[in-house]
Amino acid sequence: MNRRNFLKALGAGTVTTVASGLKPQSVKASETSATKEFMAVLVDTHRCIGCRSCEEACAQAHDLPIPDITDTSVFETTRDPSTTALTVVNRFETDKGEVFCKRQCMHCNQPGCVAACLVKAMQKRPEGPVTWDTNCMGCRYCMVSCAFDIPKFEYDSWNPRILKCNLCWDESTRDGGQPACVEACPADALTFGTRRELIDEANRRIYCDEDTYVRHIYGEREVGGTSWLYVSAVPFEQIGFRTDLGTTAYPEFTTGFLYAVPVVLVLWPAFLMGVSHLTHRGDDVRRREAGE
Amino acid sequence: MSEQAATTELRGFREFMDFLRAELKPRGKLLTPFNVISVPIIVLGAILIVYRFITGLGSITNLSQEFPWGIWIGFDVMTGVAFAGGAYVLTFVVYILRNEKYHPIIRATVLNGFLAYVFYAGALVIDLGRPWNIINPIIGNKFGLSSVLFLVAWHFLLYMIAEFIEISPAFAEWLGLRRIRKILSGLTLGAVIFGITLSTLHQSGLGALFLMAKGKIHPLWYTEFIPILFFASSIFAGLSLVIFEGSISHRVFSSQLDHDDHIRHQEIVIGLAKACAGAMFAYFFLKVLVFIHGQHWDQLASGWGLWYLFEVVGLVVIPCFMFLRGARHRRIALIKIASILTMLGIIINRLNYSVIAFKWYEPLPIHYIPHWMEIETTLAVVFAEIWVFRWIVNRMPILRQPPAWASDDH
Repeated sequence: MNRRNFLKALGAGTVTTVASGLKPQSVKASETSATKEFMAVLVDTHRCIGCRSCEEACAQAHDLPIPDITDTSVFETTRDPSTTALTVVNRFETDKGEVFCKRQCMHCNQPGCVAACLVKAMQKRPEGPVTWDTNCMGCRYCMVSCAFDIPKFEYDSWNPRILKCNLCWDESTRDGGQPACVEACPADALTFGTRRELIDEANRRIYCDEDTYVRHIYGEREVGGTSWLYVSAVPFEQIGFRTDLGTTAYPEFTTGFLYAVPVVLVLWPAFLMGVSHLTHRGDDVRRREAGE
Repeated sequence: MSEQAATTELRGFREFMDFLRAELKPRGKLLTPFNVISVPIIVLGAILIVYRFITGLGSITNLSQEFPWGIWIGFDVMTGVAFAGGAYVLTFVVYILRNEKYHPIIRATVLNGFLAYVFYAGALVIDLGRPWNIINPIIGNKFGLSSVLFLVAWHFLLYMIAEFIEISPAFAEWLGLRRIRKILSGLTLGAVIFGITLSTLHQSGLGALFLMAKGKIHPLWYTEFIPILFFASSIFAGLSLVIFEGSISHRVFSSQLDHDDHIRHQEIVIGLAKACAGAMFAYFFLKVLVFIHGQHWDQLASGWGLWYLFEVVGLVVIPCFMFLRGARHRRIALIKIASILTMLGIIINRLNYSVIAFKWYEPLPIHYIPHWMEIETTLAVVFAEIWVFRWIVNRMPILRQPPAWASDDH
């Protein structure tokens, strides 16, 4: 290898090393803090009366159009949260009659949307909420990566936002208050607290009333655990939940690939330089034989 | 003395501007069928894009909360980048393995790859809701290091630079910049090594984007091996495009080529066909392994199973076999048909992940079907790329031999 080739190889190596510095070294989707526990909400669908007070309170807290909660025709279809309603209550016909169930962002412990975001516009706050910020570029990869299809995008705006429940992170919960929906619930179906306390409380309700509740806390283990926890008197499939999501946190599906990245970035150029060196040596030999 | 230097410099500058002005003028007939079709499409596309930036994405697309990604991602980016894979495969063969046989097509391929990234990955900008924030992951308005998309974004940028360096000697030859050309061609090997590494990672990275869409992509397609499948398929996707594009370029730009070039090109096509067949066999083998491990025999009996078989057998195995036969019996026409089938297979494969088998459980009225304006703007992007490609090929030594002074400098 002559000096020039050496310098070339060195140059390529340096650029690669610099680039690998920019590449993901570790997957840090959940920012669990040692001092704080994730805050959570327990939904008791057995207690929910379908009054939609939570919808109204949510709309007020987030400056969204206030829904007419006396209108029961909305129950005729199953609704998803939208850009104008961050939480919705649906009615389901089940084995045990009508059951109402509130839906909103689940605030996963390790959210897919946070791992997906390339500018950290989606963030998992130490207190538990998953929030959205305006440095977002609108790529909608969070929507693709959300197991629950929660982030909603404003398709009709030149300056669209991603909208979803933020657990009232800005409004009240930072000062120790409760999310608007929890405060508004007249039936005591929503309980706010730390995730650990609420799992205990959910288990207590299930054990104390085994005939009523199914023995499952939705959100305890689903996709690695969520901050919204549900107990129910009917199987969760019957009230609009996907029960095939598994217990693996979504960011973990990409860790294998991301760990391979620095390896490829280092080994691949080394291999290519080696091959290139071998094939170029043939040229050098030929040139020498030709008497250059 | 200094006054004299200034006047020569000024004269040089004026000559350069005259040269540029002359080069910017169109060449050849203006009223060709291609121009008649493409110009209105490009103009309409440009209008629609402006309209979209004023009124939002929903105004010209059928994207929805259920289907956040449509054909601008599934076709423009996913498929466009796969088709651009020919550049890294051929630079590996020519600059690393030093196989001189493929040297004549290297510039056209790299140029095509470069323009594909500029236009198809560039089409990403019209898909972004807040495109002015596209610089955030670059300037560090928060680095989302755990995101696959962060990796893909950086790789797109760096790879565009690498490909520009690879093609830049042709620009220098066109402008007659002798010394700069020498510096630029000295950078080629480094750019090639860097470019191949980046391509390996972002071709697979595009597949890795879908890993978190578990549960949304039909089990026949979803597997943890998506990144490897995307990488393997980008090899023959790129090579089939090189075959297809070469057969058109050689007809359209035949004035730039002599008889020897045409004979040589036949040999090149046969070599590429063999490479395609090999890569496709490896890919098919991977697909079979993934299928067996996934244990989805029961899924095959459904309509989705047939669609899957159509993609894997009809558009991978059959063209693979056609490439082999075409190479053995030296039947160029058969190879061309195989390359078209292969490209169709890649389009369908990438669309399956992003659009068709994505949320396969949603019935049709909810399931995304592209709006005609999305297709229109996609066509406009493709035609714009072809226009730029043609403009460059007509002026720079891409297909034709470089000027004599350039080969002396080697």
